Amino acid sequence: MARTRFVGDPGLTFRMTTVMALLGGLFVAVVVALMALAWNYSPGVGILIGLVGIGIAWWQWYSSDTIAMKAMRAREVSPEQAPELHAMIDRLCALADMPKPRVGIAETDLPNAFATGRSPQRSVVVVTTGILQRLTAEELEGVLAHELSHVAHRDVLVMTVASTAGIVAGMVARGSQYGVMFGGRGRRDQNSGLIFLAVLVVSLITYAVSFLLLRLLSRYRELAADRAGAQLTMNPRALASALQKITGEINQIPQRDLRAAQSMNAFFIAPAISGVSLRTLTSTHPSLEKRLEQLARIEAELGRPAA
Amino acid sequence: MGFWDVVTGRSKPKQANLDALFAVPSAAITLQAALGLVPTGDGSVCYRSAAGAGFAGTQQDILALLQASDGAPRVATSQDSYGFTWLAVDHDQVDPTAPDLTGLCTDLHAVNTTLELNGYGPGLLCSLIPFTGTDGRKVGLVYLYKQGTFYPFAPSGPNQRDNLLELSVRDAVGGDLPVEKELSRWLALWGAPGL
Repeated sequence: MARTRFVGDPGLTFRMTTVMALLGGLFVAVVVALMALAWNYSPGVGILIGLVGIGIAWWQWYSSDTIAMKAMRAREVSPEQAPELHAMIDRLCALADMPKPRVGIAETDLPNAFATGRSPQRSVVVVTTGILQRLTAEELEGVLAHELSHVAHRDVLVMTVASTAGIVAGMVARGSQYGVMFGGRGRRDQNSGLIFLAVLVVSLITYAVSFLLLRLLSRYRELAADRAGAQLTMNPRALASALQKITGEINQIPQRDLRAAQSMNAFFIAPAISGVSLRTLTSTHPSLEKRLEQLARIEAELGRPAA
Repeated sequence: MGFWDVVTGRSKPKQANLDALFAVPSAAITLQAALGLVPTGDGSVCYRSAAGAGFAGTQQDILALLQASDGAPRVATSQDSYGFTWLAVDHDQVDPTAPDLTGLCTDLHAVNTTLELNGYGPGLLCSLIPFTGTDGRKVGLVYLYKQGTFYPFAPSGPNQRDNLLELSVRDAVGGDLPVEKELSRWLALWGAPGL
């Protein structure tokens, strides 16, 4: 029987599943709570707000490739325009047995890469000119394998579904703000004002909790993509050195230059901001040390002599 | 990937499919009969080498295994610019009247199984078996391990492919080999050994 050098990580899988179960539970809980609170008052409005929230989440996922390309001012490149990049992705896709995504280049000096799209068939991998200049071919391949793993894991879909509770809660909070301000007229003044206040509190708490859980989930998905990417290229060291180059340089770039890139952080290979407060709780990416530690484990397993 | 793999973010490396390689000898006969293409007797395996002692030892084992027998082929390894390793097995020129590729296929299979037994199966990219025509045209049969399919690659100059020849090779060997139906997977292999 063929031996496998694939290192699974049951701990990571367990933590990830737990976080997702919590997010799902949160969604159910907030829906039930809001229904119970607002049912007597105006069930139609509550359901409508929830449906609009889900619609927004669906639209974000459905057009994620075009939105992200536009936000980063990336242009799609053909095999003739970027032969080396395309050839590298061709080979990685043949190794991983997955459909080839479209390839884009963003003209920015920020060294980064991201993958997005609603399904592996409709996805796009974008690299910046900054990353093309800074990384060697080997390192770039490690980064591309990481992004292709995001595509294979359908991370855009997973994160969108996971963020639904937060989006709905945010919209309900906004709606009930108006309710608190203007709803206190008519016959049931006192009662409806209190209900709106309760709805506001519940949805704000939901939003905060789902924000933290989402960030946690995002960090786990990054670790999973690191692992799958390193297994694909069989060269964890190249990805490690690419990460060191990218994160090291990003931390040195002044904050004000980076604000434009903030909205895209969740899909970048390395976060483009270097927050300080609450950093470990709210960052979209795991710390460099954690990622290097995991890559070192994979390298050890790949290099173990045959028995 | 199944639903559960997506939820947990686990993509397992795809294992290589090694069996279809033994259909090559009969395809070679078809190619010679239909298009006048004769196998050169060489063949090569393209794989991703992993860092560390484990892989170095495995590669040494492969070289020793191939060179152990009588009439052993010349074996050479080289690195290409994409970071893949080519292991070229160089047999003597085959007899055009009775081309027999069984020995070559056994050699290539030995490379594949040794890599797979040591856990490096997911690193196998492709195998290449070159053919030459009487008019000097060259075409390689490329085996994609992950898809388990073959496709022809006929370089006709620097970064130029003879697509007509490739299509006629596809039509000729369609009965003998599983041919890759998706043309976008027919990757070029510029500078591959033997072509």
